[in-house]
Amino acid sequence: MPDRPLRAGRRAGGALAGLALLALAAASLLVGVGDLTGAEVLAASRIPRTLALILAGAGMAVAGVIMQLVAQNRFVEPSTAGTAESATLGMLLVTLLAPGAPVVVKMLAATACALAGTALFLRVLRAIPLRARLTVPLVGIMLGGVVGAASTFIAYRTDMLQFLATWQAGDVSTVLRGRYELLWLAAVLTLLAYGLADRLTIAGLGRDAAVNLGLDYRRVVALALAIVSTITAVTIATVGTIPFLGLVVPNLVALAAGDNLRRTLPLVAASGAGLLLLCDVLGRLVRYPFEIPVGTVMGVVGSGLFLTLLLRGDARRA
Amino acid sequence: MTRPMIEVQDLVRRYGDTAVVDGVSLRLPERAFVSVIGANGAGKSSLLSMVARLLPASAGRALVAGLDVAATPGDVLARRLGILRQDNGVAARVTIRDLVAFGRYPHSRGRLGPADHAAIADALRFLDLEPLADRFLDEVSGGQRQRAFIAMVLAQDTDCILLDEPLNNLDMRHAAAMMALLRRAVDERGRTIVAVLHDVNFASCYSDLIVAMRDGKVVAVGPPDEIVTPAVLREVYGIDVEVVTVRGYRTVFFYR
Repeated sequence: MPDRPLRAGRRAGGALAGLALLALAAASLLVGVGDLTGAEVLAASRIPRTLALILAGAGMAVAGVIMQLVAQNRFVEPSTAGTAESATLGMLLVTLLAPGAPVVVKMLAATACALAGTALFLRVLRAIPLRARLTVPLVGIMLGGVVGAASTFIAYRTDMLQFLATWQAGDVSTVLRGRYELLWLAAVLTLLAYGLADRLTIAGLGRDAAVNLGLDYRRVVALALAIVSTITAVTIATVGTIPFLGLVVPNLVALAAGDNLRRTLPLVAASGAGLLLLCDVLGRLVRYPFEIPVGTVMGVVGSGLFLTLLLRGDARRA
Repeated sequence: MTRPMIEVQDLVRRYGDTAVVDGVSLRLPERAFVSVIGANGAGKSSLLSMVARLLPASAGRALVAGLDVAATPGDVLARRLGILRQDNGVAARVTIRDLVAFGRYPHSRGRLGPADHAAIADALRFLDLEPLADRFLDEVSGGQRQRAFIAMVLAQDTDCILLDEPLNNLDMRHAAAMMALLRRAVDERGRTIVAVLHDVNFASCYSDLIVAMRDGKVVAVGPPDEIVTPAVLREVYGIDVEVVTVRGYRTVFFYR
């Protein structure tokens, strides 16, 4: 039971985060070239785009924090664990083998590949005797590089490089009504993760502590991986890869409020949605009336934030 | 000896051809403080890990309060047996209060009731952690973190507690306080504590029973008077020591 001022502070922080999110969502609805007098632009494009940003942002941030707890490493997220690259490979393969398949089938194939890739990552990690802090994401990035190279090779041979690019670079400018609804699955999985919050946090204390507390550790890890892989696959299938979000948001939230997911998961989701909205609005304004894809903006903003975090973190430890 | 709290039968753990635990059989009584001593690599931690079902045994079995640890569901065992391993480099950023609250998970399944809150408050008080309770684990010293983990295991409220080097990271003052506290947990609360200790003098002054291991085997089991002798310690550690009795406690001089 946290004491009163702490709880009040948290509540105020939550309210503030909620307000910021609303303001960003409103901005996202209002910014753009199209004329808003017709409700059609709003209903067909702006609202779907804003919802897609909120759902993808929240989902990727939640996927990131789950990854970090399961791998017990602060530098891991779907794009530094081979998950995103594997999902992309899955999209490519299913598009080649069954071009006419409905998007749900494609998403399932991407999820299966993402699961396999992430499981491989964790298996490789287990085989490394010394799990130094930075070795873990390096292993993931290397694994992702290998998988990504395979995708590029296949896409090059089959003349699919352009398709590949749409999954690799996050972009919401083409999101329209009827083409983003799959992302609601990410919201469902975020809720599911909230239901598992205690178990995921305990898993983050390490296998021994989790087993000691009577947790079925392997099952929790398997569930966590399924959630992470599906959120990643859905996001890639609808808006493409969003780098850094799953890395930066959980680290910022952990710094401010810790890792007890029962308390912090809503904040992680809201911050993820807010940051992605902010990046997209920025991308729409910087070269108005032209757009910079949200994935690109996120890459710049995210890497800047991440560098700051890294440097600050080292100063704190010293 | 009444009903044993822990019973180990021909327990073996092999890695390839080497057996780190090589046919250990033990019966440890309830309401006792048991120390496990032995040189590095003698198999102490592996033995503890197998009893706590963190490590599967290659052969043999371990029973805690009559339950076979390999066959009992994890959540049932978690209400009878708590273990703390030695490395607690946790990546998750939680407060000390949250960590101790997780000790109640086997009982509460995440929904803390009045009994859980009482146990958490009690464990925090017992380890003198109340002023630090809302600090994050990465904001306190190694010794304070160690105490927080002990508090978590105490809040778990199990009859039997296994501790792998609980004095790690603790200075003289805190090590002595920790041993006194563990002793109180046995005397006042009827817990059974099995602790791997490197400091033979602490083991001698506080234990009811000492288990001495070498090369994966138990060399001797007995009260401190029987174990803390030049002959047994030479067999366990391979060095000659002088045993001096101070205020009725057998202590070892081996520094030069």
